[in-house]
Amino acid sequence: GADDTEEKTQTIDPKHIFPPQHTDMPEEMRVETMELCVTACEKFATNNESAAKMIKESMDKKFGSSWHVVIGEGFGFEITHEVKNLLYMFFGGGLAVCVWKCS
Amino acid sequence: MSVSHKVGTMKSKQAPNVNSHQKAAVAKGVKAIGKKKDEEEGLDTAEGEEWMQGKTLVKPPDQLDLTEAELNEEITRVLKASNPNAPQNVVRYSFKEGCYKPIVFVDQMAIHFELEGNLVHKESDEGRRLMAKQAEVDDGGGVERPDNVAIKAAKREQKLTNQFNFNERASQTLNNTPRDISCQTEPPPRANFSATANQWEIYDFYVEELQRREKSKEKHEGQFLNKEEDKSKKKMIQAETQNDDISQLAKVVKIIERMVNQNIFDDVAQDFMYFEDASDEFRGEKGTLLPLWTFQYDKAKSLSVTALCWNHKYNDLFAVGLGSHEFTQQGGGMLLFYTLKNPSYPEFIFNTASGVMCLDIHEHLSYLVAVGLYDGCVAVYNLKKKTDQPIYNSRASSGKHTSAVMQVKWQKDDLDSNHNFISVSADGRLVSWTLVKHELVFTEIIKLPVIDTIPDDLKDVIPTVGTSLDFHKQKDYSFLVGTEHGKIHKGSKYYSSKFLEKYDAHFMNVTRVKWNPFHPDVFISCGWDWMVKIWDQTMKSPVFTFELKTSVTDVAWAPYSSTVFAAVTTDGKVHVFDLNINKYEALCQQKVVSKKTKLFNIEFNPVHPIIIVGDDRGHVTSLKLSPNLRKKPKVESEVLNVHFQMSLHISLV
Repeated sequence: GADDTEEKTQTIDPKHIFPPQHTDMPEEMRVETMELCVTACEKFATNNESAAKMIKESMDKKFGSSWHVVIGEGFGFEITHEVKNLLYMFFGGGLAVCVWKCS
Repeated sequence: MSVSHKVGTMKSKQAPNVNSHQKAAVAKGVKAIGKKKDEEEGLDTAEGEEWMQGKTLVKPPDQLDLTEAELNEEITRVLKASNPNAPQNVVRYSFKEGCYKPIVFVDQMAIHFELEGNLVHKESDEGRRLMAKQAEVDDGGGVERPDNVAIKAAKREQKLTNQFNFNERASQTLNNTPRDISCQTEPPPRANFSATANQWEIYDFYVEELQRREKSKEKHEGQFLNKEEDKSKKKMIQAETQNDDISQLAKVVKIIERMVNQNIFDDVAQDFMYFEDASDEFRGEKGTLLPLWTFQYDKAKSLSVTALCWNHKYNDLFAVGLGSHEFTQQGGGMLLFYTLKNPSYPEFIFNTASGVMCLDIHEHLSYLVAVGLYDGCVAVYNLKKKTDQPIYNSRASSGKHTSAVMQVKWQKDDLDSNHNFISVSADGRLVSWTLVKHELVFTEIIKLPVIDTIPDDLKDVIPTVGTSLDFHKQKDYSFLVGTEHGKIHKGSKYYSSKFLEKYDAHFMNVTRVKWNPFHPDVFISCGWDWMVKIWDQTMKSPVFTFELKTSVTDVAWAPYSSTVFAAVTTDGKVHVFDLNINKYEALCQQKVVSKKTKLFNIEFNPVHPIIIVGDDRGHVTSLKLSPNLRKKPKVESEVLNVHFQMSLHISLV
């Protein structure tokens, strides 16, 4: 809750670490996607929708159609994704980004 | 008739609105028009201004500039149905009354615009005609009109009349039956994934990540890398040793073999290096020969030694040629190389098809060995190569000797830097062989002169057997050839037709001729007539003569002194002479082999004070010269020569 968030900002410097929590992408793809997510989230820090939109459109162009992007602070999900096309990472200490491909 | 004009206030700025009717309407009564006008009026006044306001105002450039007051001034215009341009006082002559009468009723219609249309009614004649024409034009277009059917029928009738020139024919190819095929690629594999994205999950994850990173930083410092390097190195070394095992083993085995031999022949080795016969002091002039190693090879038991040669570069290596001297007992031959370091087994073994009669090792390139065989072939072996075969062989070439090759000698490289050697054989020819790339090229140098006792008609058939050959040490072109008849011929490479000199040396076969290595004019010869003779080339008769009681098979000058030489005889004895000390007797006459073994060859080692002798059992015995035999003159070689000359003169006198 709130306590957690306070602690978090004091002890850790989350803004510099962007490890993927779960991913099965190949190395190149993963690096590119992570960079893209970071860029998008930084750009649209206030608007999750536009960040997600940017990510989805870029992924569609680069890696093929039907990518899905969810950005948020609190959600649960169960998805079916194409193998080797999933990235689930955290950003900026409080945002979770889930990117997957499924036509 | 008349175009309706609008009655009402109009602003002068507006462009006049023209209502033009294109149809030629039938003229109606004025009243009708008036009605229309009234209607239009009502409409216009109500809506006119609004309708006009919708339009954008365009000011023409030649418009009058009026002041505001003037603009606001209302100008009233009255619109009438009457044509202002129509004449109002038209007068016509009336024939009835005979005078001009004014016409009241004037035509009020003013035609502003007239356009003649070109529409024709379908049903009319003209219309039908036009339609027929159009149908003809449209025939190619394919648009069917129900009206045109009749027309087309007329056209077909026209075509049929041409049946004689034209023929219509149609056929249909086989159309494959259409088949539906559908395919579905395997869809990319899918997987399910589920997770929850909460703040606390994110927090936990970050904490974990930090911890992981700190740990990995510690680990990265060198440890892992070192381990990996070591592993890879170990693998490399193992692989190498496996490959080189056998070859390394060979080298090691060789060293061990030599060590073992040294241990076995330890006393001999000690003698070779250090033993100096102390008893020589008491013997006066005489010396002894100390037997050292004996070299023998199992497979060479049946062969006798026919040639010996020391290697100039490696002073412990010498070559032994094995064959047979007997005409009747000819078999294979061998070329062996022994080293003093390993007396029990030869270093190199070459088998030859026929007996080796002579061999020579190149002075500078100590791996080149020229061999002369009993069947007349000459071959060159390269010790560097691992093969068993000679690198050059004169088998196939046409210049081959027809009889046994008695002596081969390497020469200096010719002008093209090709190696060459000269051979003398029992067919009486001296041939020079040049090693050109992959073959031996022969050049005949000279033919030995036939002796007088042979009748003329047989001179070409019976050759003079050359038995020995030696080249002058300093004057390379001058050489000596010994013959079977006991003559020695001196020749020069530059004269190919004749010999320069002939010496009646021996009564029988001349077995060896050798120039003195120091004195330019002296040479030694030996033969089966028990004699050893020393000559000065300027004199016809020998300077020294020694009789050795049995056939002398070989003689050699010592490399360290111009007055020392040694000879071997068929009774197994070695005779060593030093002319400086004793001109009449040998300093040493020693039997070195067992009974009934004939000695055939002797050679001095260029460096060490030992000699090797070859016998007819295929054995080579090495002997060390005792100090008395090795007395080097304490003066330089030139003085040596003078010394020799002096001794010569003394002897002559």
